[in-house]
Amino acid sequence: MIRSSLLGASLLLVAALALPGAGPAGAQTKPKAKPKAAAGAPAPALLAQGKQVYIQYCLSCHQADGGGVQNMNPPLTKTEYVLGDKARLTNILVHGFAEKVEIQGETYRNVMPAHDFLTDAQMAAVLTYVRNSFGNKASAISVAEVKATRAAGK
Amino acid sequence: MKTSALRYALLPAVLAGGAALFALAPAAPRVAPDPGNAGLKLPAGFGALVVAETGGKARHLAVSPEGTVYVKLNKPTAQGGILVLKPTATGKATVTSGFGNYGGTGMYLKNGYLYASSDKDVYRYKLDAKNQVVSPSQPELVVAGLKLGQEHESKSIVLDDAGNLYVNVGAYSNSCQVKDREKGSMGIANCPVLDSAGGIWQFKADGQRQRQAQGTRYATGLRNVVGLDWNAKDNQLFVMQHGRDQLHDIFPAMYDEKTSSQLPAECMYAVKGGDNAGWPYIYYDPAKHEKMLAPEYGGDGKKAVTDKYINPVAAYPAHMAPNALLFYTGTMFPAKYRNGAFIAFHGSWNRAPEPQMGYFVAFQPFKDGKPNGPYEVFADNFSGSAAKTASGRADHRPCGLAQGPDGSLYVSDDSKGTIFRIVYNK
Ligand code: HEC
Repeated sequence: MIRSSLLGASLLLVAALALPGAGPAGAQTKPKAKPKAAAGAPAPALLAQGKQVYIQYCLSCHQADGGGVQNMNPPLTKTEYVLGDKARLTNILVHGFAEKVEIQGETYRNVMPAHDFLTDAQMAAVLTYVRNSFGNKASAISVAEVKATRAAGK
Repeated sequence: MKTSALRYALLPAVLAGGAALFALAPAAPRVAPDPGNAGLKLPAGFGALVVAETGGKARHLAVSPEGTVYVKLNKPTAQGGILVLKPTATGKATVTSGFGNYGGTGMYLKNGYLYASSDKDVYRYKLDAKNQVVSPSQPELVVAGLKLGQEHESKSIVLDDAGNLYVNVGAYSNSCQVKDREKGSMGIANCPVLDSAGGIWQFKADGQRQRQAQGTRYATGLRNVVGLDWNAKDNQLFVMQHGRDQLHDIFPAMYDEKTSSQLPAECMYAVKGGDNAGWPYIYYDPAKHEKMLAPEYGGDGKKAVTDKYINPVAAYPAHMAPNALLFYTGTMFPAKYRNGAFIAFHGSWNRAPEPQMGYFVAFQPFKDGKPNGPYEVFADNFSGSAAKTASGRADHRPCGLAQGPDGSLYVSDDSKGTIFRIVYNK
């Protein structure tokens, strides 16, 4: 909990600060190297946490490269769900997803289980990671945004 | 090496000889493999060629005595959901037409009819004396309105020799949890999925508009069967079950990732009417050779179950997804293959983060109608490379098997839509 609220706070600070103490060596070098990019790019430590969550809870279906499994599990590469509305994306994790919609012209037969056991911080981290991995580039999702979506209930 | 060089040397002669050679040869003419056997790795003496590129998701297929190939697509293309491929002199074939505006998996030819399944219905098309479909737009609806849930939608089909049709109705669930695939969710008591799915249903092969309730639940406790065949020698149905997924994801305290990638076995069952294979209550551990109580139903990875449920007749590595089963009755291949089983392993996904496996056609030797000894990898490298197998990003995924009139083995791929043909030339 302490760790996750720290991460949430650091996310809010990332635009202005070079993340004091938020992570290992990377945190000290990266923001210096690209001071401008830091304005939109999520903190390395947050991405690292998101990656951990991804490996533990998403990789078995969406695979290591985010490419999914044909006919079964959709890819997370530049889909409208990943890059689009943050609340809709967050709700896929909170409630699961079995709509059998077309994703990039294909449908997928497996079901996406709800992941409501994840903390707000874990959700923010994994969604931010997904939105900035596998060729994706999109804004971070903050703990506050996840909290608000979960509070809204749907 | 010697034999293949010889074969290529003979090729021009065969082509030039043409019809004359046809007339002289007592058996069917030799079919020349593609250079490099179309990328497949095969036992010595075998060769492979690409019959056609269909461009569709080629699920199951059937080959008529005249060599016409019927391919069921998972998703119809502009030509339709069933493609007709006519043979050419080289042993390849050309897509000449298509029909049936529905996707699906099942394709089976018997007794003057071509049977096809969507994910809900089974149709049949009358064939003429040359095994050509008489009225492509007017099939008989043999079975209508089969249970279709959120997953395991394929309705694979096979006929016996007594006028019965067998249809897989896959469980619309992984392990009958209260919340499908959710971490820690327990199994529903008296799993209700089994009422209408998770088994094989038997119908009359010449029936009309049979509803599922009018059929017989022939066998139950089978999570999802995509590959099945009738063994004429035993006069018995054999099925390949897709074992359950995600033991680690759902019960991380009991199964680590590695264990979860190796459990449970993909099982072959010899099925009799009334059999129960035990899904969702048990799974089969290939190392322990035991049926284990599923964690959703109080298991812990250690409690075995000894009674009640049938045992598999053979077990294969976990998650490789057996999508087709074919008893080989031809004479082209060496004697050891006769009455043995070919199995198309579509390839795994649920072994991640461990390397994926499968994407090959296996051969299971049989003796006296029972599996005899370990399986062999027969046709390998559909994926294109070891790295593509490990990552699961396979070029081709074997999905359907059929025997040609000359005894060659046809393999369909539902990834790129390639139809392969494996021949023996010795
Ligand atoms: C049991 C397999 C499974 C697991 C585990 C899983 N998903 Fe999914 N996911 C699916 C399936 C299947 C769908 C599509 C469902 C449909 O189309 O009805 C999906 C859909 C999605 C979508 C929307 C469609 C898209 O491709 O953009 C997103 C985003 C997503 N999942 C993210 C995640 C994340 C993040 C995790 C881990 C926290 C995760 N999933 C875990 C199977 C899974």
